[in-house]
Amino acid sequence: MTVITGLGAITPLGLSYKDLWSGLCQGKSGIGRITAFDPSGFTCQVAGQAPEFNIRDYVPKAIRKTTKLMSRDIELAVVAGNEAIKDAGLKTKAFDEQNITINPQRTAIILGAGLISCDLVEFAPAVAKSITDGKFDMKKWGAQGIEHLTPLWLLKYLPNMLACHVGIIHDIQGPSNTITCAEVAGHLAIGEAMQIILRGDADTALAGGGEAKVNPIVHLRQCLLKRATANYNDNPAGACRPFAADAKGSVFGEAAATIVIENPETAKQRGAKVYAQIAGFGQSCSINKRYECLEPDGKGVQYAIEAAMEQAKIKPQQLDLIIPHGTGVFDDDIAEARGIQNALGGAVDAIPVFPTKSMVSNTGAAAGAVDVVVACCAIRDGIIPAAKNCEQKNKECKLNIAKEQIKKKINYVLCTSYTYGGQTAAIILKNED
Amino acid sequence: MKERVVITGLGIVCPLGNDVATMWKRIGNCESGMDYTTIFDASGFPTKFCAEVKNYDFAKYTKNPELHKDGNRHSKFAIGAAAQACRQAKIDIETENPKDGIDRRRMGIYLGAGEGSVDNENFFNAIVQGWDDAAAKMDWIKWAAEAFGKMQPVRELEQEPNMPAAHVSMFTGARGPVRSCLTACAASTQAVGEAFKMLQLGQADVMIAGGAHCMIHPLGVTGFNRLTALSTRNDSPTTASRPFTASRDGFVIGEGASLVILETLESAKKRGVEILAEVIGYGGSNDAFRVTDMHEEARGAVQAIEAALKDAKLTYKDIDYVSTHGTSTAENDKIETFALKKVFKEEAKNIPASSVKSMMGHLIGAAGAAELITCVLAIRDGILPPTINLNDPDPNLDLDYVPNKPRKAQVDIALKESFGFGGQNSVVIIKRYKN
Repeated sequence: MTVITGLGAITPLGLSYKDLWSGLCQGKSGIGRITAFDPSGFTCQVAGQAPEFNIRDYVPKAIRKTTKLMSRDIELAVVAGNEAIKDAGLKTKAFDEQNITINPQRTAIILGAGLISCDLVEFAPAVAKSITDGKFDMKKWGAQGIEHLTPLWLLKYLPNMLACHVGIIHDIQGPSNTITCAEVAGHLAIGEAMQIILRGDADTALAGGGEAKVNPIVHLRQCLLKRATANYNDNPAGACRPFAADAKGSVFGEAAATIVIENPETAKQRGAKVYAQIAGFGQSCSINKRYECLEPDGKGVQYAIEAAMEQAKIKPQQLDLIIPHGTGVFDDDIAEARGIQNALGGAVDAIPVFPTKSMVSNTGAAAGAVDVVVACCAIRDGIIPAAKNCEQKNKECKLNIAKEQIKKKINYVLCTSYTYGGQTAAIILKNED
Repeated sequence: MKERVVITGLGIVCPLGNDVATMWKRIGNCESGMDYTTIFDASGFPTKFCAEVKNYDFAKYTKNPELHKDGNRHSKFAIGAAAQACRQAKIDIETENPKDGIDRRRMGIYLGAGEGSVDNENFFNAIVQGWDDAAAKMDWIKWAAEAFGKMQPVRELEQEPNMPAAHVSMFTGARGPVRSCLTACAASTQAVGEAFKMLQLGQADVMIAGGAHCMIHPLGVTGFNRLTALSTRNDSPTTASRPFTASRDGFVIGEGASLVILETLESAKKRGVEILAEVIGYGGSNDAFRVTDMHEEARGAVQAIEAALKDAKLTYKDIDYVSTHGTSTAENDKIETFALKKVFKEEAKNIPASSVKSMMGHLIGAAGAAELITCVLAIRDGILPPTINLNDPDPNLDLDYVPNKPRKAQVDIALKESFGFGGQNSVVIIKRYKN
């Protein structure tokens, strides 16, 4: 098995995973009216935006000019990556070139990333040079317009660049991958990193995901798909309502979360603190003709949970907490609840469920990793925060949504996620104490 | 105990043909898949040609064309490639009751798949409507009015890179591990490698693995042209991809889908399907150098090749054929040659190493698996694919690139290497299957 020894997150609740956890425990909302662009023309005008930061503060001086090649998604991953490595007590090239404590070739980096959209404000002046009779002219674009884009423009928007930049900053030379499965990418990246360590191809891995969904094109996409709520623009903090009877859609946001995963032996050798063990990982797939939604019976979610439970070799009764994907998309919440219920049977009534997106928002490729960070904090502190925005559950949901904060020893946590397109995943964390 | 993993099916839709036999025949004839771009109006671009898939109709592969009709080009290519590969491996498709002996919860998918094109006309015209050039400001209300009025939900959804996997899962009913990665040009080699590892460690019995990508869209060509990564030999598309020559001036962008059926030896034997080759090694690495350039001493490439050799329990002397990344860019071909010399030492000049991209173009995310398929065929037929257009060898690049015509040779072990933009490297080694 592998262990988690470091956490990092930048989310709408703050620049650190500590802010994320304390925010959730205090019931804070990271969701507000969009300020990154004027959202008045959009059906959904709220989102989860991360606080301001200066990326140059996070990149060693010698390579600081690389920040010019970083889209927002990459910046977020750099911030979260730094924190996780520091939190694990590891010294990399970025922090102390003389006393490096990782073996670069035995360290892996596996990150989930989204479909990165370009910055339209940066892009538009080139488009403006490519107009004939008030319409865009492709021939003119190719001949003149593109000259107005910076030569390295493409490199800011390739999804693998999150892992490339973070890998360069910390000199991570081992296996490297970029999982591009939308909202389940964070979980799948963590699962793959675990598998890489288990099969002996690395001793240490930085894994997680990052995505900046507060971008006009990315946001428009979720609005057009009617996955983003149009009903709560006047009540941002109440807009994302996972499993609630009055849920009207999700709220999207920007975040990155990463964890350090290690082989238990190397973690022990260096005396690392261990947040949790990754006891089980499972994945499957939802098959639905309306592939932007989960299949109504949640079978893909169920299969992923069953696979993770089998690997963890535990019974449903042993679970102390479930952190579901819980997007606030009404039909998907029902399908996910059914999948969880069918996987866990009657035991599900007694297991507290804590959806995070009501406060953090749906951060796409980061979402699953955010939830794993939250699960680690819950295990460490023995606290399950109170869920928000689910005063009245939807009728189909039998899950035991945590109404109030619970303090108790947490032995096992189940995290689930899924995405439009169908891929599903489940991760089980075990308290080692 | 590790399971042995074998290849039991191949499927391809690519610029050299829409099935494996056509593609292989055209490689045998040293044909080029390049021509002037027709997918969009590229006449103003620095590069006006590419390697397109021609005369492809996905509907002939499916009973449910309606279900896949909104898919982007590469998702539709993936349907055709999956149909071919599944037919060869005797896997039932589009049925609730498969009789092929495979538990769908033990059958997974791992694709190296790319993004779909933006909805070009509406994407650009929304910017035209919203942008105030004099004030250098976007009016988001105007932009949104245009975008909400014109853009279609499904076209937006289909741009997501996990969509080819979504279509292939619906098509085949796979319910095991389904994953999709995008490490630029290394993606499908990596997908095959990771799928191989899943099977080896018992996480599935069958994996549909490979790639699907089409970057022949305005933003893709814009990006690569700005990077000056594409050949601009507009007067001669068919000779533009000329890896390892002194006159190489960039790669030629292609498109396609390339899938292999990987399965445990036990599953293949139980099902009684023909075994085409065995997968024996996989290695990956990260340059961690610069996002703009490969490491000067090919650090990451060498590490990935050596990791794959070690995984396969081989030494460099065991390799009969290298299917190179061979992009025809100044940098890749130089660094790749350097890497091969470093790994293969005194044997380097004796090991044939050719570039299929000289004929097929660069399928980006789908390239590695497409080229891996040619390795399977090289083992089967004892024929090495050539590097065509190699008329003026770069004097500094002196390996055996199998210049200009295919060659008969016994191939028992072949190595496929792929190096992604940004520094992610993947290598897979396959072997002639012996009981």
